[in-house]
Order: sequence, then structure tokens, then C-alpha cells
Amino acid sequence: MSSTRALGRATRDAFGDVLVKLGAERGDVVVLDADLAKSTRSGKFQAKYPERFFDMGICEANMCGVAAGLAASGKTVFIASFSSFLLCKGFDQLRMAVAYPGENVKIIGTHGGITLGEDGASQMSIEDFALALSLPGVVVCHPADDESAKQLLTQIAAQQGPAYVRLGREKAPTLYSANDKVELGRAQVLRDGGDLTLVANGLMVGLALDAAEQMAATGVEARVIDVHTLRPLDSATLAAAARETGAMVVVEEHLKVAGLGSVVAQAVVESHPVPMRFVGLEGYAESGSPAALLAKYGLTAEKIVAAAKEVLAAKR
Amino acid sequence: MSMNALSQAECVAKCRVIRRHIIEMLAEAGSGHPGGSLSAAEVVTALYFHFLRQDPAQPEAADRDRFILSKGHAVPVQYAAMAEAGYFEVSELSTLRRIDARLQGHPVKGTLPGIEASTGALGQGLSIACGHALAGKMDAAGYKVFCMMGDGEIDEGQVWEAALFAAHQKLSNLIAIVDANGIQLDGRVEDILGLEPLVDKWAAFGWSVIEIDGNDMGQVFDALERAVANTSGQPVCIISRTVKGKGVSFMENGVEWHGVAPTAEEAERALAEIGGVA
Repeated sequence: MSSTRALGRATRDAFGDVLVKLGAERGDVVVLDADLAKSTRSGKFQAKYPERFFDMGICEANMCGVAAGLAASGKTVFIASFSSFLLCKGFDQLRMAVAYPGENVKIIGTHGGITLGEDGASQMSIEDFALALSLPGVVVCHPADDESAKQLLTQIAAQQGPAYVRLGREKAPTLYSANDKVELGRAQVLRDGGDLTLVANGLMVGLALDAAEQMAATGVEARVIDVHTLRPLDSATLAAAARETGAMVVVEEHLKVAGLGSVVAQAVVESHPVPMRFVGLEGYAESGSPAALLAKYGLTAEKIVAAAKEVLAAKR
Repeated sequence: MSMNALSQAECVAKCRVIRRHIIEMLAEAGSGHPGGSLSAAEVVTALYFHFLRQDPAQPEAADRDRFILSKGHAVPVQYAAMAEAGYFEVSELSTLRRIDARLQGHPVKGTLPGIEASTGALGQGLSIACGHALAGKMDAAGYKVFCMMGDGEIDEGQVWEAALFAAHQKLSNLIAIVDANGIQLDGRVEDILGLEPLVDKWAAFGWSVIEIDGNDMGQVFDALERAVANTSGQPVCIISRTVKGKGVSFMENGVEWHGVAPTAEEAERALAEIGGVA
């Protein structure tokens, strides 16, 4: 990946580990996959607990409905697929059968964003935050690394109700250690700074930290916040950042509309409006290496620095 | 067996009461779907008054039989049966489709105890029913899961995903009922998107299929008895051939009565035809 940080594991690998652990601890956990168990890593649970794993075939809509029925009859259900297929093909089922009645279904979309790479745009989920955020009552989460993914998935499993988690295909820079406490619904300030705030999630957090370091060399101190939970949003931490730094850039591996930037902007406008800029995707991408895609579609530390310069100018 | 278990003959009489409620509710509400509610009246009556092992006082009992009305627009027939079965007062039927009412225009889980799924976006109920049936099988629970769909509804591809899944998982505790009244909103099912041969289709998908005249209470009882006693290892599908608008001559087989409520005058004529009141 383009971040200069040391790479850890992909967040989908954390998912496989968490499932296996949950399987040992809880008999009510059931896992469904739509013929992508090897890729999503739900296959690790399948190998260990085959009687509680069901491969649904390539039937995402049915998978979402079956999950709702299982949950209504007392199971804690994880459903996994690529986030593009799960959210787009299962959307009405997630709406009617999961979100509306508030069933205890954990929707795990792997291979989120454009960094799934060479397989191309049909597989790339660039609209999943928008879709998930449009389901009232559904927790929406996108962890940045292995450790935070483990902690957040464990918390999501422990609480009742529906949740969507976007995970990545690629290895992610290590940002947290086992000593860090990552809390669902609580944004994490990873770097302090008083001149502006960089808000990001997923792989973009590493890039935001890189950008902050580049700016520090020129005397600009950026605060960097990992907003791993888009709902419930930690509005207090964002409001404090807006108030204390006076400018903000939001970075996401998602369409600029109706994703992290939108919810953060809404929170900031309602609390302490400041100049903001948004670094994200404008449309569909293409095949290529993850690094080449990030560079071509403008998800780089350099683009973040450029956006930062704009908000700093607007602040004055 | 239901706490209110009625005989077949008593169910015939109860079915008239259910049909009366449907007409009265829809006329009062001024909107709704009479045709598909009336066509399903025999099956829904038989379920609520003879076959479903449910206790209205304990609508969330873990071992209850589940009934999911996937053709959610026909919910007046379910509300009428639930009220008569004791889930709520019959007087509440007059609140159908009103603001603040528990009797929503389509079924909503969580609003009214006894409603198992939010339906109305067609094609979804069978998948949810599969989930309940799968959980029952995993837990070795004895409950049965019934899911009623419309014939127009099974245009939806999700239904066939669920049909594949139920057969593959051998969900023999699952009973699907297709209320095949032959008419959907825009016209006759066979004119819009042909489904026949319906029995062969479900059989080819791995289901044990029973075809009946679904407006004949004797055949309905016989089919449900066989379905409940199913030991084939396959899920059961009852193709229930019915008449849309059954029981009201001017509504029967009328495409125009899919989603239009009767006026007060029409309701009066309908009730006179249905009879069944002392």
C-alpha cells in the first residue's frame, strides 16, 4: 500500500480469527457466506464449526432473509460476502428483513473500496457506506487495521442488533497494539495537532498519518482521527476537533457523496462549522494494482496535503 | 394444536366471519387489497383455528409454530384471524391503516405481537421462513414454519433462491403455501409472466408438492394434515388453487379488485352475500 507504515494483516483475516474465537465461546453464533468463504475468511469458522456454517450458494438476497429468520429464532448471525455484492444485491432484504425489525444480524462486507485491485470495478464497493447508512438503526463500522478490527468485531458480536462492517482485502498498516483500547462509537485521535484535523477510516488512516508527517516538516501540526464507526458517530470528538483546530479534511475510500465525509460534515455543521475539504472517489474505478489505483484516483498523502492547504487558506 | 382448535365444520363457519371482517375493515379503511385477502381465507382460517400451535398470550414462545404472510398485502385476512383467535380485540380491526394503529397496511414485525416478519416488499417471506426452519432444525425444536405466498409474488427471483436452499437443507419442518388465485395487480398471472406448470416447478426444485382447491375447507384440512405429518425429508409446498375475491360474486376473478376497497354500498352487498351472521 502507499502508506509508509509497516504492514500488518488484512482486516478480513482478523474477521476469520474473531469468528473462530466466537465459535468456541458461544453456541448461538451462526455464519453464512455466499460462495466466497475462502476470500472473506468465514471459511476459517466453517472448518472449525461446520454444523453452524452454511454456504448459501451465490444467493445474497436469500442469505440476508435466512439470516433474519435465524436471528428471529435466537441466533447471532454473521453474513459475509464481498461488500459490493452483499449490500447491492441484498439491499432490500437488509432493509425489510434485517434493519426494519432490528434483527441481530452482523453484515460483513470484505474487499471494500478500490484496493481489491485487479478484479476491477464490478467487484469494488464504493457505495457501501451510503447504502448501510441509509438503513436506520444499523451500526456502520470500518476498521483500519488488524487489532482494531478484532476489537470492534468482538464488540459488535457482543451487542444486540444489526451492524455493517466493511473489511479490506489488502494488508493494512499497523496502527494499534493490543494495549490500545478501541471502542465502537468512539473516534480515536491517533495524532494530536492544533492547526487542522484530518478525519479518515480504513486504509485512509495510514495515508492521513503520512500526510500529517509531511506537513509537520513544514511546521503545520495536523490532528488525525480514525472514525472507524460511522454510526453511532462520535460527534463530540469531531466537534472538539473542529473547535480546537478550525479546519478539517475528510478522507475516504468511498464515493464522496453519502459516506464518511457527509456524516462528519453534518456533525461539524451542527456543532462548530469550519472550512472543510473532502478527499474521496468521484466514480467507478478500474483494474490495476491497489497502489496504482490509489494514485490514479487521488487517494494519496499528496492529495490530502493539497486539500489541507486549501482549508488552511480558507481558515485565515 | 391451537388453543382455539376448531373442527373442519366450525372452520367453515369461522371462515365466513373472517370474510365479513375483511370487507368491513377495508370499507372502513377506504383502501387495501380485498381480492387476495378473500382468496386466502380458507387456508388462513384453517391455520389459525386448527393447525398452528400458538398461544396468543405467549406470542414469542420459543416452540410456537411460525406463520409468515409473505404476500403482505393480504394482511386483512391475517388480522381478522388473529383478532378472532384472541391476539387482540375484534374492535381494533377498525383501526386498519390509520395513523398510530398497530394494524399497519402491510405486516410489521414488532408493532403487533404475533406478526413474525415485516413483509410487503414481495418475495422475501420464504427466505425468512427458511431461517426459522433452519434454526428449528439446528435446535431440534419441534415447531413448524408456514409461509404463504401469492402466485404473482413468486415472479421474484429470491423465492427460487429460497426454494433451492430449503430443499438443499432438507427443511422438512417448512410448509410453503402458494395462494394461486391466478391474478396479480396488472392482470392475469399467465398473461403477465407465465408460471405454469407450477406443480412441476416446485417438484423440480426438490419440494414435496400438494395441489388443492384452496377454497374447499376439506381439501385444505387434508393438505395441511399431510404437510404437518410430512416425513419425506423434503419441504412441502401446497399449491392452493383459489379464486381471487372468493365469496363476493362481483369481486370474484376480477383483476380490478386486487387493490381497491369496497364502498359502503358495495360492502353491504358483499356482506349480504357472505352471510354467516346470526
